[in-house]
Amino acid sequence: MKIDKEEIEYIANLSRIRLTEQERELFVHQLSSILSYIEKLNTLDTENVKPMAYTNKVSNVFREDELEPSISLPDVLINAPATKGCFFKVPKVIE
Amino acid sequence: MTYEVVIGLETHAELATITKLFCGCSTKFGVDPNTQVCPVCLGMPGVLPVMNKKAFEYAMKAAVALNCKIDEFTNFDRKSYYYPDLPKNYQISQNYHNLGVDGYMDISVNDAVSRIRIHNVHLEEEAGKLIHPEEVGADYSLVDFNRAGVPLLEIVSYPDMRRVDEVESYMQTLRKILLYTEVSDCKMQEGSLRFEASISLRKKGTDKLGNRVEIKNLNSMKSVLKAIEYEAIRQRDVLDRGETVDRETRLWDEVNEKSARMRSKEESQDYRYFPEPDLLPVLIDEKWLRAIKDTIPELPLVRRQRFIESFALSEYDASLLIDEKILADFFEECVKILNRPKAFCNWITNDLLREVKDRKLDIYHLKIKPKQLAALVEIIEKGTISSTIAKEVFSEMIQTGKDPKTVVEEKKLAQISDEGLIEEIIIKIISSNPDAIEDYKKGKKNALTFLVGQVMKETKGKANPKIVNDLLKEKVGI
Ligand SMILES: [Zn+2]
Repeated sequence: MKIDKEEIEYIANLSRIRLTEQERELFVHQLSSILSYIEKLNTLDTENVKPMAYTNKVSNVFREDELEPSISLPDVLINAPATKGCFFKVPKVIE
Repeated sequence: MTYEVVIGLETHAELATITKLFCGCSTKFGVDPNTQVCPVCLGMPGVLPVMNKKAFEYAMKAAVALNCKIDEFTNFDRKSYYYPDLPKNYQISQNYHNLGVDGYMDISVNDAVSRIRIHNVHLEEEAGKLIHPEEVGADYSLVDFNRAGVPLLEIVSYPDMRRVDEVESYMQTLRKILLYTEVSDCKMQEGSLRFEASISLRKKGTDKLGNRVEIKNLNSMKSVLKAIEYEAIRQRDVLDRGETVDRETRLWDEVNEKSARMRSKEESQDYRYFPEPDLLPVLIDEKWLRAIKDTIPELPLVRRQRFIESFALSEYDASLLIDEKILADFFEECVKILNRPKAFCNWITNDLLREVKDRKLDIYHLKIKPKQLAALVEIIEKGTISSTIAKEVFSEMIQTGKDPKTVVEEKKLAQISDEGLIEEIIIKIISSNPDAIEDYKKGKKNALTFLVGQVMKETKGKANPKIVNDLLKEKVGI
């Protein structure tokens, strides 16, 4: 399967990363070869095989609805690139 | 050209847990920004979400109440998108194995019942809150993550509605079901209950659905109805011009009462759902499902019908009573004590609701108890107090929680039925109102009403009106 530059640009955009022209070229080749490799799996007959998302046999892990302490405001904001008062500050969002 | 409007609704209801869906942070509303957050709900690296059992069971309960099929296997998926209110850059939701599917809800419009199918009911986490500063030219937004991770129930209907009155009934009925099952407090002003509408038009008599437009930012039930009306007209005009309606998402502008494009289909988001590897699947066995089913109370429409049939109430009265579960419960308690459904219905829907409104009382914490209202109805029937005086007694009871007999004694409100005493008063009134007696003898019937009024005034409304009437007629000589 061949991926084109447009597809690479679309994926980069979804992931919010900026790519250089060289990187785009590089990823066209790399992703195409990865997909071709994965495509081999499609040659297998999986019609009667259920999709499997969990390899672990465990299920139904819950916690009770009980309060636990939250963390302090300075700790909340410590890693934020920008803050204002008790808020995280982000580039303007227009809706 | 006549068109049929095809409407579906997506509803988000905040579940009534005290902690978030995947961590022990509080869900309390209205606290200082970013004070109810932890590494889990802030999406810090290396943390592990653990499902709140109560939230999951509330979602099961709602799915059962909405007649959904509940599969034995359910799991959670990541919905990926970048937005500053979403700390992990994905939302944990359900996509491939929704908790409940193919349900329905019966709604009633002008006493005709119709069935609206429910596509699915699923559980997901809430995002944070964005604040847009009001200062002119501000180039930033602020984020409060207190809401991030709060458990939400999403209920997606099929596009089975055709008119706004159906939409209104759908919203009201759904709200009542969520309140009756106690899975959500449904406070719209706190965002606990939110709706999004999807609308398309098709030519009458055809099956093919037109392009669908989704409307967001609907802050009240009224906005939902207005936005649908606006959108139906907008699409009709587009079609009448021979153009096609664009498949898009629009935002409702509540102030100007119109909508504007938010994003087109081409710009629509690619969520790349995949199973959430941090959470294990949930298996629901028969026993667990049955235990959940057993917690579901009688639902509003069924209860209304039972009230009409068992207590001979009108549709209107029954609807008023079932509107709030707590009132319907109060009513039933009263009837159990004393079999006077109509009287209790009147007291609750008239006097009680008026007092609650005027005095801004909380119906969930009323001081008056069913056995006290029953005692009040009993002493009216016995003739201890008149129905006019009873209103005064009731008002005192609802404010203080006192028994009716106590109020009557304290305020000396007992009805005067002592004929001798009433006679004395009547003689006094007759002698001081000779004109009225003359009028009455000339045939003016309302002169008698005037005299009764004078006696009642003299006794501060406490004289037994029947005795007053009889004695007066006797005295003025008929
Ligand atoms: Zn948390």
